[in-house]
Amino acid sequence: MLARRIIPCLDVKDGRTVKGVNFVSLRDAGSAIDLARYYSSNGADELVFLDITATVEARGTMISLVRDAASCISIPFTVGGGIRTVGDVENILSAGADKISINSAAFRSPGLIDEAAGRFGSQCVVLALDARTNASLPSGYEVMVDGGRTPTGRDALSWAREAESRGAGEILLTSMDKDGTKDGFAVDLTRIISTNIDIPVIASGGAGKMEDFRTVFMEGRADAALAASVFHFREIGIPELKAYLRTSGIPVRQ
Amino acid sequence: MIAVIRYGAGNVLSVMNALSRLGCKAVLTDDPEAIRSADKVIFPGVGEASSAMAYLDSHGLSDVIRSLKQPFLGICLGMQLMCSSSEEGNTECLGIFPERVTLFPKGRGYKIPHVGWNTITDLSGPLFRDTGEGEYVYFVHSYYVPLTPFTSAVAEYDGIAFSAALEKDNFLGVQFHPEKSADAGERILRAFLEGRQ
Repeated sequence: MLARRIIPCLDVKDGRTVKGVNFVSLRDAGSAIDLARYYSSNGADELVFLDITATVEARGTMISLVRDAASCISIPFTVGGGIRTVGDVENILSAGADKISINSAAFRSPGLIDEAAGRFGSQCVVLALDARTNASLPSGYEVMVDGGRTPTGRDALSWAREAESRGAGEILLTSMDKDGTKDGFAVDLTRIISTNIDIPVIASGGAGKMEDFRTVFMEGRADAALAASVFHFREIGIPELKAYLRTSGIPVRQ
Repeated sequence: MIAVIRYGAGNVLSVMNALSRLGCKAVLTDDPEAIRSADKVIFPGVGEASSAMAYLDSHGLSDVIRSLKQPFLGICLGMQLMCSSSEEGNTECLGIFPERVTLFPKGRGYKIPHVGWNTITDLSGPLFRDTGEGEYVYFVHSYYVPLTPFTSAVAEYDGIAFSAALEKDNFLGVQFHPEKSADAGERILRAFLEGRQ
């Protein structure tokens, strides 16, 4: 039985994790590699590294982080943030990432999806889609870009379908309404996207308690769920979360 | 020495990294002599069947692979290429196993590709000496090998039971990615590296 996946997200700046991380067991709480290693041996099914580095000069730091991560963790990982060209995609993948995620650049130049999928395969192309409520659009949700700051007027489901047809292999769906609230995932948004496309959907934004994961899997039909701070601050331990989900009848990897 | 076959397929680095984590010396090569003289051979792969076969044929590697007598492990696309043919690009493959590689049916409400952690059951053979029934391993694929007399592990998706692993003499194949399957995957790779057959 295919398991639903639990994915911690690490925000990385200049090779270091940001968002205060509260792990006494780590030698260096700011080390993205130490944190990645911790998660990969403590029940995470995949990892996402999101590069929030602002400057082009610091991109080299990310490449060396990817290389280090690839050599020491044995679960799949995705790298996103600041990927604008197929050359960026190639650099990240050839350093050892399993997948890349693209967001604003793909929205502005959708051909980037075709190009990346054509060259490296759909399995490594994740479209990151940030959406917020907009009742005037058919699905009720609008695509946001530039880290969720810029509204586009584009319907979220229509963009998800286009991305799928261009060759995206998964969609990382973040609710801008819920992100940072710890109020639960956007179940309605997740269900609308997940049940209307044929590629997996990773739900993101709003995780606060274990029940939120159960709800987004059962009612939101998410294939995977991503969270950051609830894991980093150890409000939720992944082994405990999985035990809880299992007793709820949701298949998860032991 | 372990030879990992280079044939333009993606994700080879993951396999090399996994071997190095296991303390194993491996060389990435498309040189027929290096492959023939290796103690064991790994045939990794993420990619597309017809371009992969074209590369193997044009480098004289297809006949080399068929003639090998040492333990040989195909991973993902590598295992699919060991079959007789694939629906992907309608490709003639190496023919070590008699099956045709088949696309998962679309439009049945299941997500394609089959991606993520799935259980393997009905385990047999040397690869799974340290693996329990129902352990989870990581899959990413849109095509599958049906069940055959050579199936040594079974997985199920979309109501279809398919070959998660194949075994025939020295030829072994796994549809999943042991190099990305955490501890379970390392035990399978270690069994291959340490196994005598």
